[in-house]
Amino acid sequence: MRWARAVAIVFLVVLSGACLLADFLAPASYAHQFRDEPSAAPSRQHLLGTDDLGRDRFSRVLYGTRVSLLLAPAAALLASLLAAFVGASAGLAGGWVERCIMAATDLFLSLPWLFLLITVRALLPLNLSPIASVMITFALLGCLGWAAAARVICADMQTLCRSDFVLLARASGSSGFRLLWRHMVPNLKPVLYAQFWISIPVFILTEANLGILGLGVAEPLPSWGSLLRELESFSTGSGHAWQFVPLVLLIAVVSSFHLVLTKEELTA
Amino acid sequence: MRRRLACFLFLIFIALNATAVMAQSGGELRFCLHSEPKTFNPLLMADDASETIRYMTGGVLMRLNRLTQQLEPELATSWKISNGGTTISFKLREGLVFSDGTPFTAEDVAYTVQQLMDPNLHSPTGDAFRSGEGKVQIAVSSKNRVSATFPAPIAGLDKLFDQVAIMSAKSPQKEMAVLGPFYVAENKAGSYLLLKHNPNYWKHDARGRQLPYLDSVRLDIQQNRDLEMLRLKRGEIDFVNAIDAEYFDQLMSEKASMAYDAGVSLDSEFMWFNQVPTSPITAYKKTWFTSTNFRRAISEAINRQDLARIAFRGHARPAAGPISPANQFWFNAKLQAHPFDQKSALERLSQDGFRLQNGVLRDRDGHAVEFSIVTNSGNKYRERMATMMQQDLSGIGIKLNIVTLDFPSLIERITRTFDYEACLLGLVNNDLDPDSQMNVWLSSGDSHQWNPNQKTPATAWEAEIDKLMRAQASNLDSRKRKEYFDKVQEIAWQQEPFIYLVSKDALAAVSPALKNVHPVVLRPQVYWNIDQMSLSSEVAKNRQ
Repeated sequence: MRWARAVAIVFLVVLSGACLLADFLAPASYAHQFRDEPSAAPSRQHLLGTDDLGRDRFSRVLYGTRVSLLLAPAAALLASLLAAFVGASAGLAGGWVERCIMAATDLFLSLPWLFLLITVRALLPLNLSPIASVMITFALLGCLGWAAAARVICADMQTLCRSDFVLLARASGSSGFRLLWRHMVPNLKPVLYAQFWISIPVFILTEANLGILGLGVAEPLPSWGSLLRELESFSTGSGHAWQFVPLVLLIAVVSSFHLVLTKEELTA
Repeated sequence: MRRRLACFLFLIFIALNATAVMAQSGGELRFCLHSEPKTFNPLLMADDASETIRYMTGGVLMRLNRLTQQLEPELATSWKISNGGTTISFKLREGLVFSDGTPFTAEDVAYTVQQLMDPNLHSPTGDAFRSGEGKVQIAVSSKNRVSATFPAPIAGLDKLFDQVAIMSAKSPQKEMAVLGPFYVAENKAGSYLLLKHNPNYWKHDARGRQLPYLDSVRLDIQQNRDLEMLRLKRGEIDFVNAIDAEYFDQLMSEKASMAYDAGVSLDSEFMWFNQVPTSPITAYKKTWFTSTNFRRAISEAINRQDLARIAFRGHARPAAGPISPANQFWFNAKLQAHPFDQKSALERLSQDGFRLQNGVLRDRDGHAVEFSIVTNSGNKYRERMATMMQQDLSGIGIKLNIVTLDFPSLIERITRTFDYEACLLGLVNNDLDPDSQMNVWLSSGDSHQWNPNQKTPATAWEAEIDKLMRAQASNLDSRKRKEYFDKVQEIAWQQEPFIYLVSKDALAAVSPALKNVHPVVLRPQVYWNIDQMSLSSEVAKNRQ
């Protein structure tokens, strides 16, 4: 499966590069409505045609990919750091502290995410720019997505605490921050790394779900969620092959993020 | 001449025979409800599904013909309004019985009106009749004569009875005994309802055959519109009452004979600015929003033609005011939708001290003009309109932020906290009479959305609207009422507290197997003449 991993990495790098260069590659602004050409088929001017409002779909896919592909890893990083802090603290402390933290984590896991997101979003100031709103949306995703990873890290930390090499380190006089930083954190890295990569597609899909509900990124900024809303009309038979590009990209990116992880990292 | 007469008689013969063939169809009509009916009590119905049941099962004293928009006698053969609009007297049809065989008398009408006005019942249908304090007086003078006297005059009193299904005072089946063309025979919660032909229905066709032609109506509970359309195409159901522009276009390309555009509907899409003095928005924005010039400028900067053409795929028309041309009597034909004119918009804004600097519109104090518009998430038409308005307004240097909220959050903001700047919503209009809009136009009304529940009118033009609305409500001369309401429409057009954007078309999908279908703009668009609808003999035979 090495070749699959290589292909996935190349694909993600190329796609990230393309969306970073969207300002140069996009033939039109993602917001501009060519009102004489709504729902147009692909042409030289519009490589993937236009959407319902006449906006260039290729440009919107590029900018939408930028939003989803860059902000989802940022949210995943935030969630992983929070999970590392909470999970490691619980694992290290043990006893009633651990029980309390894990009970709080379980409570957090039982919260209906989507409703919580919708509620928090409804409380945001109304005059936020689309960019600020998308940043907040992904920050919220990051703040809400740590709980499952925290449980894994807590369990791993407990195993580490009971391991022989930690016992040896303690016997050698290592304790406190030094013990944590020099001996435990390096051994937690594979787990954190795996949790980070696993979270990215989760956040991409969560944003897409919010977008499909019309509660994702504010117009006119595109994201995969808002681009996928076009497929709502597919059931009416008006769907065209080029409308599936965001969906294909979403599937390819989510699959690639899973393929990037090695077997060892997945089992970590 | 004789030959012509012979031809004419022959054509009449053919037509009568065709009707007879059609009338023999029987069979089961099938369509979908999007939710379960919440009640079978016709006086308590407020949801769409319950109203569908009421329309098909309830017998009414008079019915508004959805095609001609004129009242026609039903259970009452005649009626008279007297005492300055407080009393209505009915002469009832004789010899009628409810679906369970209980005779229909004036006592039933008296019982229904009493129930309707019972404050403990909280009937939504009865709200329209509550014009003043006091009790309704009902007098039964004979088996077929009854009159009701209300405490205060009610404008359009007779038309309100279109919604009042008469209940039996004596039937052991209570509200399940009906006088309409069908009765509820089976109700499988969450799955379907089966209505069966009322054997005691009083109406007959021109050939003397008892109506309705259909044996039964099966109403499947189906929330998913995509599945509903698929079922229509497969021939499992016979019509979809209101369809999206996308579905309509698809049908036009695949099966044009199934697509019906009844023309512009009574519904309208509009936006308004928050003018509530106590709202938590910045003071300079309140100054913008209360300025007529500002509102008119925004209105002129929005391209309504494009909204109708692109957002609604051409199945909508630019709106000028609260009454669409579909409302034949109350529409003010003098008013035209404000044309798209950004130059004029900027001129109006300059009168209030706004100026365009480097593509950004600034007010007198240098604040960049930026505001947010809230709308409900999941409504693709409103989201499209808002996005198009965003581009239109950027043409005069205004930054518009679109905020889509879940419906409860939106309602919370526009009715309780007033924490919003502008709102884009639509009005589903079921009633032709402007009396149903009293709560919207009176400054004291809680649906006076831009500044509700005012103790005294905040502006001179709102005071004028109050006066005109009260005058039209207390006048019984329909011409005079129209004059008053025309003036209200003109003030609304001038001041634009609501910026009316488009009125969408009433679109429906109907199977070719369904006969005698004439979709109209008034609800219920497709099945308003359910008692005269029939199925093709082939389909009817398969569904016996």
